[in-house]
Amino acid sequence: MIDEKRRLLLKCTLATGAAGLAAGAGLISAPAFAATKPAQWPDDAFKQKNIDAATQALYGQTAVKSDKIEMNVPTIAENGAVVPVAVKTSLPDVTSIALMIEGNPYALAASFNIPQGTLPYVSNRFKMRKTSDVIALVMSGGKLYSTTKNVKVTIGGCGG
Amino acid sequence: MASSIRVRAIASDGVTDFKSLIRHPMDSGFVKDSKGKLIPPHYIKVVTVKWKDKTVFVADWGPAVSKDPYLEFKFKGGSKGDPLTVSWVDNEGQSDSMTAKIM
Repeated sequence: MIDEKRRLLLKCTLATGAAGLAAGAGLISAPAFAATKPAQWPDDAFKQKNIDAATQALYGQTAVKSDKIEMNVPTIAENGAVVPVAVKTSLPDVTSIALMIEGNPYALAASFNIPQGTLPYVSNRFKMRKTSDVIALVMSGGKLYSTTKNVKVTIGGCGG
Repeated sequence: MASSIRVRAIASDGVTDFKSLIRHPMDSGFVKDSKGKLIPPHYIKVVTVKWKDKTVFVADWGPAVSKDPYLEFKFKGGSKGDPLTVSWVDNEGQSDSMTAKIM
């Protein structure tokens, strides 16, 4: 009983401490919007239905097109339930990569936190409801870049 | 019970190539079952990978990630035998974690 209370108290103290730290970090490095809270699942961004709103919610800025992002997707995906997407970039100081799928109910599919020392490369598989654009976003040196590719989906992967 | 996580990480030329498969339904909440009832959303939200004590990758996933998700990334450093800890948490608060060795 006493032990439980102690544990709770400890947890509370730790949590407020961590929140304080995060807020402090946010003040110092405002441009690294997503990078300041790596442990926090971006609830708001995942709720957005269109690309622009999701981008704004996730990064707080708009993306500039870049030819330095290489996205590997199939031109035609026979099965929308499993669409492999790989992203790599030659842009420097990458802190975050995100993938958005325009035709899905929610635009944001995944966002990846890239700590220093991790290469700006990720490969993942996604569900796609219908033929649409897939957008890769890369946060490089505090600026946001993007590239877009269209994937034709033969059989949708979101059911319904 | 066998772990829900399978990892293959190979170090070569100072870079570790990490590949993993996680067994999870990743229900989006938009799919109906055979009786026409919506299957509630059930998906992994966060995957964290640690090399020794350093976090080398964090993935925030939404319901659009495929069933039994696959993840691949690369990081600098890592040598044969180093421990890699992979953990995930889903929207229902379930979680799993496992430690694999770099090959």
